[in-house]
Amino acid sequence: MLTVVWCILERDLKLALRRRTDVLTTLFFFIIVVSLFPLGVGSEQALLRQLGPGVVWVAALLASMLALERLFAADHEDGTLEQMLLTREPLPLLVIAKVLAHWLLTGLPLVLIAPLVALQYHLPAIAALAMMVALLLGTPILSLIGAIGAALTLGLRGGGILLSLLILPLYIPVLIYGAGAVTVSMIAWADTQPYFLLLGAFLLLALIFAPLAAAAALRIALE
Amino acid sequence: MNLNFKTLQSNWFHYSSPATFYPLAGKLLPRFAVAALVLVLFALYWGFTQTPDQLGGTNPQKEYYRIIYIHVAAAWMSMWLYLMLALWSMIGLIFNTRLSFMMAQAIAPTGAIFTFLALWTGAFWGRTSWGTYWDWDPRLTSELILFFLYIGYLALHSAIDETRRADRASALLALVGLVMVPVIYWSINCPDPNQCAALHQRSAPSQIDGNILLAMLAMVFGFWMYSFAATLARLRTLILVREVDSEWLQEWLQ
Repeated sequence: MLTVVWCILERDLKLALRRRTDVLTTLFFFIIVVSLFPLGVGSEQALLRQLGPGVVWVAALLASMLALERLFAADHEDGTLEQMLLTREPLPLLVIAKVLAHWLLTGLPLVLIAPLVALQYHLPAIAALAMMVALLLGTPILSLIGAIGAALTLGLRGGGILLSLLILPLYIPVLIYGAGAVTVSMIAWADTQPYFLLLGAFLLLALIFAPLAAAAALRIALE
Repeated sequence: MNLNFKTLQSNWFHYSSPATFYPLAGKLLPRFAVAALVLVLFALYWGFTQTPDQLGGTNPQKEYYRIIYIHVAAAWMSMWLYLMLALWSMIGLIFNTRLSFMMAQAIAPTGAIFTFLALWTGAFWGRTSWGTYWDWDPRLTSELILFFLYIGYLALHSAIDETRRADRASALLALVGLVMVPVIYWSINCPDPNQCAALHQRSAPSQIDGNILLAMLAMVFGFWMYSFAATLARLRTLILVREVDSEWLQEWLQ
């Protein structure tokens, strides 16, 4: 069973690395959105420090959502997805593999670039660390919940904009606790623990239920 | 025993076919409509003439508190109808019945309208009592998110041309939304897990003036009856549209 996860993971990563622009686009979208805010609201240090955590998380939400469209689309177009539905392996497991590959390509880069963004917003080093941990726990949740939306809107006209309508309201808990952790870390590091614990709990729940829902949505889409 | 169960089952599912439900809905529709009209008119009359012109307490609210009669009823209906939407979606996915999906689809617009009404009247109430049309209070925010969920359901349903896929996909979305609603509500209500006390004041029904409560409950039941009537009317249209090629409908129409 784990062989199939590894196969899909390896294949998706290999395919993505041969078209590197797709991966880099998401990353640069994130950086550009984050860089636009200081130009719009003014570059006062205290203001940026206050806005920083929220802006970074909203940008991460948008970046992760934009990348979702491609999660199943390519496989749907060339028929691979239908073959995956026909295999004897449990579909939720295949979904987990696809989501994991997707997260490695779009979520992990955001985690790694976070310290740079923290510098743009004059956040202290401790807040940069909190941001990395929060993104590390939070972005997989975004990919997992997003997979449900991506499966529901598979192959629809205007799928991307529809996807945002369906998925963004469901991202709210991650946004609240992700941004909250960073804000609190600037006051007292010890107080961030409940935020990380909650994000971890959300991640575990999403890991269990989201692949099941996404698999059901895929079966509905390709019936 | 087995036989009893079967007869019960056949009665239970008798009206689950569009062919049998269509005439039943036609019979029920005017009754619900009349009940809604009577209850709403009564509630408006009672609320505007038989209740005190000032709400007491630490923060006395004058005439404008009468928004409560529409606002609270609309907010309750908005949440109740989402539950019903999810329930019919679940029944549809489990039993694979066409009528359940149609019911869910028929409920959604009414629910969205009540959610919008609750937000709209809430804005006016907020302006007079808080001095602002909008505040990021937990209740307001979660009502707004409920509105987004309704919009998402309607948008997904209308984006898919094939009826069966549209029904099932949006039903799944409604269920995912149902699971997420408590999490979202709780996370808005408790943005800081270090100090999570009850942020909003609770009001017990026993503390409300009898006349106000009477008018409010009459309005809730009026809105409820309206929801039945509107849903059944929309459902009949949906049945006509979807079953246009079926034999029973051709016979019915002739």
